[in-house]
Amino acid sequence: MGPIGENELFFLLQGLKWTVLLAIIGFVGGGVFGILIALVRTSKNGFARFVSSGYIALFQGTPLLMQLFVVYYGVALLGVDVNAWIAVAIAFTLHASAFLGEIWRGSIEAVPKGQTEAANALGLHYISRMKDVVLPQALKISMPATIGFLVQLIKGTSLAAIVGFIELTRAGQIISNQTYRPLLVFGIVGMVYFIICWPLSHIGSGLEKRMAKAVR
Amino acid sequence: MGYTFDFGAVFDRAPELFWGSLGTLGLAVAGMILALAIGILGVAARTSKNKLVRSPAIAFVEIVRNTPFLVQIFFIYFALPLMGIRLNPTATAVIALGINGGAYAIEIIRGGVESVNKGQVEAGFALGLHKADVFRLIVLKPALRAIYPSLTSQFVMLTLTTSVCTSIAAYELTSAAQRIESDTFRSFEVYFSVTAIYLVISSLMMGIFALISRYYFNYPTR
Repeated sequence: MGPIGENELFFLLQGLKWTVLLAIIGFVGGGVFGILIALVRTSKNGFARFVSSGYIALFQGTPLLMQLFVVYYGVALLGVDVNAWIAVAIAFTLHASAFLGEIWRGSIEAVPKGQTEAANALGLHYISRMKDVVLPQALKISMPATIGFLVQLIKGTSLAAIVGFIELTRAGQIISNQTYRPLLVFGIVGMVYFIICWPLSHIGSGLEKRMAKAVR
Repeated sequence: MGYTFDFGAVFDRAPELFWGSLGTLGLAVAGMILALAIGILGVAARTSKNKLVRSPAIAFVEIVRNTPFLVQIFFIYFALPLMGIRLNPTATAVIALGINGGAYAIEIIRGGVESVNKGQVEAGFALGLHKADVFRLIVLKPALRAIYPSLTSQFVMLTLTTSVCTSIAAYELTSAAQRIESDTFRSFEVYFSVTAIYLVISSLMMGIFALISRYYFNYPTR
């Protein structure tokens, strides 16, 4: 058994850096594409709706781990020489866009119809109706679920460890193998995830309760 | 790009994928049963008036829901032997899945129990309904209907989560895929096909759950 010293903690910290970066990239990238998917899902074009709901069903109906593998090896097949980190980032972006798209579709549909009708009556065109009337309200409605998904995404980045990407969990695995202290190391790793995720979960459920009260 | 797809290599190993799929379903069903048991017991603890009972239940839910399943399964995989419990990877995976799913089940079931309207229970008694009928018709069925969508989608999610159990070499679909991949080097073809199999499994589950709900909860809501 080896001690857990400064070097080990520093290594974990470096892994944490990649965990946070992956989560941010997945969330921001997924947010941008997710908005598009939500808009397509709520559009009038039947074919576009069909394609986007297929996209969502695909990502919600398969394991995140498989998505990582398929994108990881799929990107390599395209002949572009990208490193593991970009492949993993693409996979998380695709994954997050499907889930955020579905969450935001629900929120857009939850905005009372009268709002859209009023915007139409005022002569607003689609972009202004969405940007100024519907989306700001939808965003507020979606906050608890969006934060909830962010927590899922942060936890999900741990799966990048299985494709060999060194983030927090993989760093923990490596140190555990070196020091033979799996319980201590995975205890620390779990605690770090908890420290990041728990406040977010708390904010999410707080918002949810506040909104439930507002509706009542 | 000069790459030729070869799904034949995957087809040759179809029996392994079939048994792997059964392994996945086995893990999922066993995990679900354990998760439901933990969920039901947990709700009793979570809603207890005794703080010494309630606090550990709350802590359990918060810790499990705010840490990754992969870290949980590693922790359990290495912790159990230290407590003198030596289990094979499959049993360890079921325990990990049950604990993870259980924490979510506690919150879902609690929501259902709390959604039952007390006034309706009183109304049931006032109408002269038998105690068993009040429980069955006014408490249980509406509560079940309230939690059914989230509970079943949690089950589908648990089934997809079983893929992570490959990390401790439990026998399931993803571990079968990894074996085939390391033998054939057809990485993309293998994972593409296996992803399709997962999609079929989860779609079938969702379809069956929807049919059950249509048959069992087919009375109007309002």
